[in-house]
Amino acid sequence: MLRLNFLLIAIVLASALGAVASQHKARKLFSELEREQERMRSLEVEWGQLQLEQSTWAAHARIEKIARERLRMKPPAAGQVLAVEAAK
Amino acid sequence: MKFTNSPLLSQLLPAWRARFVAALILLAFGTLAARSVWLQAVHNDFLQQKGESRYARVIEMPATRGRITDRSGDMLAVSTPVKSVWAIPEDARLAPAQARELAALLEMDVRELNRRLAAEKDFVFVKRQIPPDVAERIGALGLPGIHQSREYRRYYPAGEVTSHMLGFTGVEDRGQEGIELAFEGQLAGKPGSRRVIKDRRGRIVEDVESIKPPQDGKDITLALDAKVQYLAFTHLKQALAEHKAKAGGVVVLDARTGEVLALANLPAYNPNNRVRLSGAQLRNRALTDVFEPGSTLKPFTAALALEKGRFRFDSQIQTAPGRLTIGNATIHDAHPHGLLTLAQVIQKSSNVGVAKIAATFSPEEMWRMFDDIGFGQPIRLGFPGEVGGRLRPFKTWRPIEQATMSYGHGISVTLMQLARAYLVFARDGDLIPLSLTRLDSPPVAGKSIFSSQTARELRAMLEMAVQPGGTAPKAQIPGYRVAGKTGTAHKLEGGQYADRYVAAFVGFAPVSEPRLVVAVMIDEPGNGKYYGGEVAAPVFAQVMAGSLRTLGVAPDAPLKPVQVAREAAAVPESL
Repeated sequence: MLRLNFLLIAIVLASALGAVASQHKARKLFSELEREQERMRSLEVEWGQLQLEQSTWAAHARIEKIARERLRMKPPAAGQVLAVEAAK
Repeated sequence: MKFTNSPLLSQLLPAWRARFVAALILLAFGTLAARSVWLQAVHNDFLQQKGESRYARVIEMPATRGRITDRSGDMLAVSTPVKSVWAIPEDARLAPAQARELAALLEMDVRELNRRLAAEKDFVFVKRQIPPDVAERIGALGLPGIHQSREYRRYYPAGEVTSHMLGFTGVEDRGQEGIELAFEGQLAGKPGSRRVIKDRRGRIVEDVESIKPPQDGKDITLALDAKVQYLAFTHLKQALAEHKAKAGGVVVLDARTGEVLALANLPAYNPNNRVRLSGAQLRNRALTDVFEPGSTLKPFTAALALEKGRFRFDSQIQTAPGRLTIGNATIHDAHPHGLLTLAQVIQKSSNVGVAKIAATFSPEEMWRMFDDIGFGQPIRLGFPGEVGGRLRPFKTWRPIEQATMSYGHGISVTLMQLARAYLVFARDGDLIPLSLTRLDSPPVAGKSIFSSQTARELRAMLEMAVQPGGTAPKAQIPGYRVAGKTGTAHKLEGGQYADRYVAAFVGFAPVSEPRLVVAVMIDEPGNGKYYGGEVAAPVFAQVMAGSLRTLGVAPDAPLKPVQVAREAAAVPESL
């Protein structure tokens, strides 16, 4: 009888410790998940900012200015245009 | 006397007194036990809740506002998080040096900062929407009573070019003008919230229950083409500077689908920096301002004449001597012409000719046509402040009014309505609804207004108007066949026609298979020239030429001098 009681106490203790350990593990994993989600959000924000930056650099006004002033480009005059027709 | 010898001790107490005390103590124990059972087992929610609230927190999960892109996916409006600095004035007791440092970082006046912090409130915003890097440096100062919260700010990379089309959002990230307001329901996100348990270091360790996931706003793909929009805006701006005009507008429509490819107004504003905004800058003129369209309405009178079978393309109309008296008013032509065909009446823009044609219609016939092409009622694109213009009921028309309406006076429209009405000629006589968002498939044929025969003949007449002998040779574009009509209208001021003008041009190209409709309106050109053909037609030509090239529309007229490389000829036989 006494031996059985000791055995039961051991089992209960083991299961209690197991519960504690798994709870701890779950929380660690959860906080890791939380961190990754936070990272996802900040990457999304960064993506939006990069898109914004890209469209600011690619603004038509800026491109036109660079093309005209730095690269000295201009639209072709009517006589300089060559139209390519597909063979009929 | 010793205590143990006290006679009191020898007196025996009655036994019930001891039992009574024991019973009382037992009862007290019993009450405690019952209470603890009640708290722990029966009525345990309350305490659990209280306990949880010590470490559980409800976290707001912000939702981002949808992005707005043009038809090819270029970003036109993006929300990105920024910080706002707020303070609890009672806690914010800053040393003068700290206040100076904070004011310098916020680019604020120190006195202004101190004034805000001295407010008798529990909460004041010090400055809203500051860039994240500045926010970080302010956080590093560790000032007492100064806090930060996350907000969203909307950025418009294209700046003033798209200002009227997109509108803007307020500081609370809600749409206030333009597309931002028209599509508020789709763009706005719904913030969510969740309950979590935090440990003592503030880390989230467990979700108690996931309450509401945040719903991000939907992205919107506009019909707008950023390149076409840029062309429209810059050429309009140049024209306004050149002609010292007060205001102007350009609308570009896709003739095949009814999509709005560009909508530009001037004066405009920079939506990213709206410190000083005047009402004039905010006006989305193409939709909210009406003007008397002048001669740009003549083609509709001509089309109705063809449709009713009372005139043919080459019917002759006597416009000499350039004057026509109806009642006690006289209509003049800018230049007197003699005998003209119907097509020439449009080409030369003869008021007398058109008035004579209009005299053959009943007021109801003419009213019905104007009503059918959408005049007098708002287009209902969803923009704030859209107006429908003025089209009075035909029962009140006097003959002189019917005559002036035939050439666009005594009736008022918005630029968008006018552009849309020209879709009827650019297409085969049917009117389709306009769309601000990109359409994946072209709309089915719209409401038929004129027969395709009439539309074809009108296209020929309008092409004549931009050729030598017409009113707008400056609307020509090398490589493409162009058609369109000028308009020059006196402005109404206090019921009187003043010596101020609205110059307009509406047209489409390529004529062989119309792809674009461009409408240009320039308000009060003040540099000598004011005719639509001189002021508005060149803007039309520049915008149309650039747009056709951008969209890769094949030329339908020979370039002069002609340079065509035929594939068959260019490839030598030996290959």
